[in-house]
Amino acid sequence: MSIRLATGGRLIDRSRSIGFSFNGKTLTGHPGDTLASALMANGQMIMGRSFKYHRPRGVVASGAEEPNALVNLGTGNRHEPNQRATLTELFEGLTATSQNHWPSLNWDIGEVNALIPQLLPAGFYYKTFIHPRPFWKHVFEPFIRQSAGLGRAPDPEHADPDRYEQLYAHVDLVIAGGGIAGLQAALEAGRAGLRVILCEQGAHWGGRAPVDGVGIDGQPAADWVTSAVQELEKMDNVHLRLRMMVAGVYDHGYVIGYERVADHAPETDAPRHRLWRIRAARVVSATGALERPLSFAGNDKPCVMLASAMRDYVVNWGVAPGARTVIVTNNDDAYRTALALQAAGLAVPCIVDARAKADGPLVQEARARGLRVLTGMAIANVKGLRGVVAVQLCAQDGTGAVLEDVVCDAVAMSGGWSPVVHLWSHCGGKLIWDSKGAFFRPDPDRPPTDQHGQGFVICAGAADGALLAADTMANASRSIRKILHEHGKDASDAAPLTSAMAEAPMMPVWVMPAQAGVKKRAKMWLDFQNDVKVSDVQLAAREGFESVEHAKRYTTLGMATDQGKLSNINGLAILAQALDEDIPRVGTTTFRPPYTPISMGAIAGEGRGAIFQPLRRTSIQDWHEAHGAHFEPVGYWRRPYCFPKQGESHRDAVNREILATRGGLGLLDASTLGKIIVKGPDAARFLDMLYTNLMSSLAPGKCRYGLMCNENGFLMDDGVVARLDDETFLVHTTTGGADRIHAHMEDWLQCEWWDWKVYTANVTEQWAQIAVVGPKARAVLQKLGSDLDLSNAALPFMAWAEGRIGGFDARAFRISFSGELSFEIAVPAAQGRAFWEALLAAGAEFGATPYGTEALHVMRAEKGFIMIGDETDGTVIPQDLGLDWAISKKKTDYLGKRAQERPHMTDPLRWKLVGLETLDGSVLPDGCYALADGVNANGQRNTQGRVTSTYFSPTLGRGIAMGLVLNGPGRMGDVLDFNTTKKTAKGEMRTIKARIVNPVFYDLSGEKQNV
Amino acid sequence: MLTFQCPYCGVQACETELAAGGEAHLKRFGPGSSDDDFEGYLFLRPNVKGVHFERWRHAMGCGKWFLAARCTATLEVFGTYPAQTTEPPADIIAAITARRPDWSLT
Repeated sequence: MSIRLATGGRLIDRSRSIGFSFNGKTLTGHPGDTLASALMANGQMIMGRSFKYHRPRGVVASGAEEPNALVNLGTGNRHEPNQRATLTELFEGLTATSQNHWPSLNWDIGEVNALIPQLLPAGFYYKTFIHPRPFWKHVFEPFIRQSAGLGRAPDPEHADPDRYEQLYAHVDLVIAGGGIAGLQAALEAGRAGLRVILCEQGAHWGGRAPVDGVGIDGQPAADWVTSAVQELEKMDNVHLRLRMMVAGVYDHGYVIGYERVADHAPETDAPRHRLWRIRAARVVSATGALERPLSFAGNDKPCVMLASAMRDYVVNWGVAPGARTVIVTNNDDAYRTALALQAAGLAVPCIVDARAKADGPLVQEARARGLRVLTGMAIANVKGLRGVVAVQLCAQDGTGAVLEDVVCDAVAMSGGWSPVVHLWSHCGGKLIWDSKGAFFRPDPDRPPTDQHGQGFVICAGAADGALLAADTMANASRSIRKILHEHGKDASDAAPLTSAMAEAPMMPVWVMPAQAGVKKRAKMWLDFQNDVKVSDVQLAAREGFESVEHAKRYTTLGMATDQGKLSNINGLAILAQALDEDIPRVGTTTFRPPYTPISMGAIAGEGRGAIFQPLRRTSIQDWHEAHGAHFEPVGYWRRPYCFPKQGESHRDAVNREILATRGGLGLLDASTLGKIIVKGPDAARFLDMLYTNLMSSLAPGKCRYGLMCNENGFLMDDGVVARLDDETFLVHTTTGGADRIHAHMEDWLQCEWWDWKVYTANVTEQWAQIAVVGPKARAVLQKLGSDLDLSNAALPFMAWAEGRIGGFDARAFRISFSGELSFEIAVPAAQGRAFWEALLAAGAEFGATPYGTEALHVMRAEKGFIMIGDETDGTVIPQDLGLDWAISKKKTDYLGKRAQERPHMTDPLRWKLVGLETLDGSVLPDGCYALADGVNANGQRNTQGRVTSTYFSPTLGRGIAMGLVLNGPGRMGDVLDFNTTKKTAKGEMRTIKARIVNPVFYDLSGEKQNV
Repeated sequence: MLTFQCPYCGVQACETELAAGGEAHLKRFGPGSSDDDFEGYLFLRPNVKGVHFERWRHAMGCGKWFLAARCTATLEVFGTYPAQTTEPPADIIAAITARRPDWSLT
């Protein structure tokens, strides 16, 4: 059972206690504890359950690499799953619960999975997908769904109450890692005057050195760290951030820093997390190294822990997982744990060293202190169900015949160390295999490169493979001096002299014992969180998953939330062995950001709620809101869909608005329509290229409807062009199209016809535009008073004029999207609301009725006018829509002309626009298809057309629709069957019959708009 | 998250303020061109690994289109230049060959 030791714990304040709860139990710890150390101090060694087999799991590491001790933190709307207990600093009132178990942490029914692991072998998802098929649906999937998933997702109904923010920074240097290598790099860079951000993911500076008894410049590492930090704090050009992880390194020196500002102090008035978006000329990765587990049977049991982690717990927090610890190792470093445990008064019955010979200084020290060292030995098995009661020893070079049982309650294991090369690799830095240390380290000749083609990440210290403390410091100094040299600077002082006991070479051990049989290999865990064992990787290799990336996905090795920090090297070594290949030939999987998961809140920052995407508002928007408009999104705008009266349905409101407009006077806020000024000597020539029809022949004072296609021939936008003077055009675009079309114009003007003298300006928001529509439209404008002659003779259909209307500066366009007499009046945006209200007041006697976008849609469909996005979908050309009249035959060129000459575009079998009228007067379902005889190669019903717009027309009192139909214009009067999603009593598809008709349902001759 | 210096406004622009526009120096083929020429202009892109000329717009900045010469493999930027040209200017070619002696235009 884990305990708090009577003495020790350099990071905790024993004079004070703080309360917290775990699974509802109230426990206490000390300031400085992590949740993991505090749980250990309370005898709570089991902290979680594994993903697949629900095995009981204790903490195995002391840092970011922890795969097991993941908990739910917080309650209610602050609940957050999958938080690492090893990185969670204890605070008063912390609430944690364990996850992935049912019914309880200590007794989980899912544990039965582990008893029949042959049911869940490597690739079990893929295998069960295949056959027998019903088995997946009825047996495997429900079972896996019920048992899968780590943690509980936050309640989607709750908004996160915390605050998050993002910062930008531009610096010469980001240093990731606040161990002695990072501190030394910061000191040298800071003294040379570079602008530096130094980030440490944990809450303390100094990394492992203070725990490992390193001496620097003749003083204990902790003292050197203190003075180094003091010196750095005095430098204005150096920014120190604790609890900030460099989460990712991206192209051209872009670095993401993830700062956990208030996780440890939730009561402070600070943002919880901060996302730093940094541009750094250089990145120093001083991220240290991670210890690897050893693969022996039972290595996943609670109280089996990494040797370095156990040393951390004893030295930093004064806690130990047990009182009698067996050390198992293939290197000298683990002896430090043996010595630390002994110094803390804990028993170490033996050190099991897989190497045939062990006589380095640390080994000699251990022997001198009376510790029993067994060489050439291995652990054959770990006894114990929810902890350790004994280990069985065997020869490393054998099959596992048990030679001796050793009673113990904890095991400290060390399989060697791997440099943390993640940040080097994120942006493409390559690795080389270091056979001496059995790890991948950065290949200095193949760094990630920046915009100048120079390597911009440099590794320092253990991250560069310099694992021994003395080498770490020298390496860090060497690395930072390369960067200083680029700045033409040199460090004046020598690097501090670092002393630590020397280490004899390690021996790679991938399976323990070396000749272990299949039964043992099936109990050797590689990936603790995802339950991937040595036997799984070997099975994957046998089944042909020879690429490391394939084996990873097939077995799920390294795919858990820890992303294989412990399992990666061990797993690919096993794969290499199984394939009889060298490890460097097998290679490693790709390291991708973030280094550990970061919160969604930090990614969103302040961009949530109303400022997630700011809305565009017309100058009349306030009036719409005050008068109960029901809005719909259109581009970045919200446009009134309709203006329902008290108790009125949206449908009734739309019908009322249409009848009022056609019968008297309707008003539409059309301010959102795109308005682009195209000006210059070549403006007409330019518009001739942009539109399918001729614009250069348009006379000043006139308007013309035009179609715009992309170079691929497809219709992209439409609208009315007004010629303001010889050299100036006002181009109207669709509401959603203004920015896109303006960009399209600029693309052609800047990149293709750059010698044409044309200037464009998007003036959409400079003008408020109101459509005054209906038989009384002229009457209301005349009542307001105008210096313009608004008569049909003076201002006919498709003309425009500028003057004053009702005291407002206005442009009046005689254009109509409804088929009624219509004036679209543009006034300066600031006067939009006043003009709107003047129209309403003057129009009261004519029944002036504001109408929304749905009434607009219905009225344009009654007239057979197309709508971009309804009749078009990026595959429709103007010829499909019967718009040949708007395609110039005279022009030699326009954008899309060449494309429209392609055989498929001129194919007579293209579906073409027609009107559709149901025989029973009902409304066709949107998007339904005209059915044809027979089925296609996939057994699906053949089709001969589809509905593009469909509405109830209150004007006609029946359903109307537009659609694209095979040979449609040549089949007027034919009746087609359209599908629905409903079924008949017999279970057959219910269809609707509709007749092909002219798409102009209302006022075919167009006389109403022309009065 | 690439950075390019906009040759118009001089800003060292981050990718978040830029819009990518695909390959540069395409020759437009209009009415009267052969099917092969038109297909090549509209659709066929070599998608090179190595030196690449491409179009970018400083969309959230000065609004100008510019061209860039970049290595798609190492992300090295050899230079940016105004879009009003049918071929890479000599100083850009020189900057590329200085870094990639084996490379040639064509």
